[in-house]
Amino acid sequence: MIMSSAVAQAGVSAQHQARGRSSSLTRSRVRAAWLFIAPSLIVVTLIAGWPLARTIWFSFTDASLNDLSDYKFIGLENYLANYDGEWFGILIEPDWWHSVWNTLWFTVVSVSLETVLGIVVALILNAAFPGRGLMRAVILIPWAIPTIVSAKMWSWMLHDQFGVINDLLLRLGLIAAPVTWTANADTALWAAVMVDVWKHTSFMALLILAALQMLPQDIYEAAKVDGVSPVRVFFRVTLPLIKPALLVAVIFRSLDALRVFDLIYVLTSNSKDTASMSVYARQQLVDFQEVGLGSAASTLIFLIIALVVVITLAAGRVRLGEDPR
Amino acid sequence: MKLLARTGFWLLVIVIAFFALFPFYYAIISSFRTGSALFSVAYWPETFDLSNYFAVFERQPFGRNILNSIIVSGSVVVLSLALGITAAYAFGRIAFRGRSLMLMTILAVSMFPQVAVLAGMFELIRSFGLYNTLPGLILANLMLTLPFTIWVLTTFMRELPKEIEEAAFVDGATPWIVVRRVFLPLMAPAAVTTGLLAFIVSWNEFLFALTFTLTNERRTVPPAIALMSGSTAYELPWGTIMAGSVIVTIPIIVLVLVFQRKIVAGLTAGAVKG
Amino acid sequence: MSRLIASLAAAAGLLAATSAWAVEISISCSALGKEYEICKQGTDAWAKKTGNTVKIVSTPNSATERLALFQQLLAAGAGDVDVFQIDVVWTGTLGNHLLDLTSKAQATIGDHLPAMVETSRVEGRLMAVPWFADAGLLYYRKDLLDKYKRPVPQTWADLTETARMIQEGERKEGRNDFWGYTWQGRAYEGLTTNALEWIASYNGGTIVDEKGEVTIENPKAAEALKTAAGWVGTITPEGVLNYTEEEARGVFQAGNAAFMRNWPYAWALAQGGDSTIKDKVGIAPLPRGGADGRHAGTLGGQLLAVSKYSKNADAATDLVLYLTSEAEQKRRAVEGAFNPTIVSLYSDADIAKANPFIGDLVDVFSNAVARPATVTGQNYNKVSTEFFNAVHQVLSKRSKPDQALNRLDRDLKRIKRNGWQ
Repeated sequence: MIMSSAVAQAGVSAQHQARGRSSSLTRSRVRAAWLFIAPSLIVVTLIAGWPLARTIWFSFTDASLNDLSDYKFIGLENYLANYDGEWFGILIEPDWWHSVWNTLWFTVVSVSLETVLGIVVALILNAAFPGRGLMRAVILIPWAIPTIVSAKMWSWMLHDQFGVINDLLLRLGLIAAPVTWTANADTALWAAVMVDVWKHTSFMALLILAALQMLPQDIYEAAKVDGVSPVRVFFRVTLPLIKPALLVAVIFRSLDALRVFDLIYVLTSNSKDTASMSVYARQQLVDFQEVGLGSAASTLIFLIIALVVVITLAAGRVRLGEDPR
Repeated sequence: MKLLARTGFWLLVIVIAFFALFPFYYAIISSFRTGSALFSVAYWPETFDLSNYFAVFERQPFGRNILNSIIVSGSVVVLSLALGITAAYAFGRIAFRGRSLMLMTILAVSMFPQVAVLAGMFELIRSFGLYNTLPGLILANLMLTLPFTIWVLTTFMRELPKEIEEAAFVDGATPWIVVRRVFLPLMAPAAVTTGLLAFIVSWNEFLFALTFTLTNERRTVPPAIALMSGSTAYELPWGTIMAGSVIVTIPIIVLVLVFQRKIVAGLTAGAVKG
Repeated sequence: MSRLIASLAAAAGLLAATSAWAVEISISCSALGKEYEICKQGTDAWAKKTGNTVKIVSTPNSATERLALFQQLLAAGAGDVDVFQIDVVWTGTLGNHLLDLTSKAQATIGDHLPAMVETSRVEGRLMAVPWFADAGLLYYRKDLLDKYKRPVPQTWADLTETARMIQEGERKEGRNDFWGYTWQGRAYEGLTTNALEWIASYNGGTIVDEKGEVTIENPKAAEALKTAAGWVGTITPEGVLNYTEEEARGVFQAGNAAFMRNWPYAWALAQGGDSTIKDKVGIAPLPRGGADGRHAGTLGGQLLAVSKYSKNADAATDLVLYLTSEAEQKRRAVEGAFNPTIVSLYSDADIAKANPFIGDLVDVFSNAVARPATVTGQNYNKVSTEFFNAVHQVLSKRSKPDQALNRLDRDLKRIKRNGWQ
């Protein structure tokens, strides 16, 4: 700790010395930083460390749920192996790659829609209008209904025979015949996207709203006086200012979407055509008792998600170590 | 033009409200219906049969389940915010080595699918002797809420101007006092928002709650609703499930309406900046 | 004051004495409304008889989730639940964590339906005791068959023809959402039971035969799948590809279908007070594949097993034997219409009086087709998943029957690579 604080101090001190601050202040602040982080770090290590390490370790073994104490190390065989000239392992499993593709598609479509709609909703809630408080509560309702229940509720509403959605669309003349939303693999993923957007737009909207409300008001006053169009103000001023918060919201939504489970599991027909990565992993882990293979799939999910996050962060040009402004 | 813009605005508000509310409205209607009536479409409540609502409380200790959910979610919010704000201060306001690595590590926790950590978490909770207890659930849920609480609060912490704490430090205040006296009030809107998000996340959590509890008296609301059942194996009691969902959604609506002012208080935080 | 202390001491003494021999057993029998009541009456009676207490643990409604929870509990060696109610196809999956009941149940096991007993065994050892039986049935609308003057279909071809005729007739009368036949087509265990019925009725085997050979790639099986795929979109709504039992019953009970494949549970509901089709419903064995085919309903049902990690295994075993006994099964059949697994009960007068249709089922149960769970053991879930996915592909017209079966054959042999166990 002393070492690292000393190094860190070197980095920060130049800036501080320029302002004539004493280095002891910096040192005490760095010490405080570690003290402040310690509890969170302990909790995270405690509750996440063991389960995560265990999963990664099992991915290199042939463990089975049948008897968890009896397993042996098999290296990378769960990922890729060759027995008698025939290839085995997740990496050549078409079902696995199908689930990866489904998940990526689902994530990109739903998170994009949620971001755009989330901004719209946040801007509306940020405007002063009568009934704003009520509206805030209204957009949170979809989120407050447990996923497991809302997935069932939607699957009922999307039912091809006595579902209200088909009935509504038929009455409005938008469709000519009932659509089999969840049975058909092509529409089932769209149905999942719709429910996800319905449920999670409020998460986006709330985070964006919190960012919007921390923006300085004087810029807007100035823009108003200068007669700049609101659209221009939004793209030139608001969007750049809320970008960090927006990016964090997008990342956390993507993390959730990439791990999507309940929704696909309850809503779609659960065939290989619509399975997500988590559905695949759970099938291996639980249904097939293949703890080794399932852990390997989980580890791959982890790697894929990490990759996506890194790409998102890079695309957003956000440096994590950025100094406080 | 102005009229057009106003009409458009209200139209948008109505469309969004409709999209958000319709399924909930449909749930309310369904909760008044029973038996075969559920297999047909209705747009207006034809009857006000409250039997599903009575059934919810009769067939299981649903009041106890709601109380459990409130205890678990409330504790998770308090712990996440307490841990999150202090950590966010360190991450957002102090430059030290290994900061980004640590932020990434905390984020990485959110990258594992819940199904994958379930087994390990189960062993962990059993070894602490917390199986089938509320503290066990609180601990497990922290894994879901803590990473994003830290991240979101860190972003907000960074946005605040530097001068805010400088003055306090010159006056000889310790970092702890700075966090409590200076940042806590400024962070209120962000903290309320993230607190609310954390509350809803743990309020909705299903898989942990199902796996780490065994008896009805210890269950939270989502598994309690999911375990509601009809009189035979394959029959799904839509009416009671909908009634249960309506009941548990109400606390959230109340919560939002209560914290409403706090969320608006964000405007004052902006004023400090300007 | 001293009296209070004395009575407290006496109470404490009594408590200590009781706890010396009375134990608490937790059982995961169904938490469902009526099933719960009937299970509770049974356990209460046992508790009263033995002085022990019984706690009923409620478990998820969906069978897949229930199995997942059981696996989690058992894999961690948790003794929190002593007695498990398990599905007939789970014995192989959970067997390693269950107590061998062979010697304890030896005296009575011969009274049960042989097919049910077979599902309770793992490598010859009895890991569970049959509790109640289930099998796929054909539900039909008596009134509509009368209206169109058609008999109860005996072959799938009859059914297809009759269903088409009724559907066309009803639609002409303006009922545009009327369908001929509903069943369960979602990609889940239920589709395995449905598809196995089609294939077995055509004499196309049971995916894997008793010796463990993969037999699924055969022309009979392909013909069966081709027939079923032909229903989707014609006499069966396309949505069937995401139907489980309840969705199928929804369509049928709303009066919107002429035929339905379902378990016996749907009978009581279809005859319920608020049912639109009350007294218009009949049940029959599922049709045969052709003139030389057979009536085949897939065998379902539940068993009771004791956890290997139970701290009170003797008391738990005693409870299992009590609940599966003839007297208790009779009570359950009379009061809850649970189909007994003890053969002699099918000719019992009291049961016949309370639930007349149970008597008709004895043939269905004795001819029922068992899923290849015993022979594939640990791997049953994989086999079933590959199977229902292949069938789902055929039904959704994403692949041709022979193609799909060819691929399935290869995949199953791959799973079998080192033998089934």
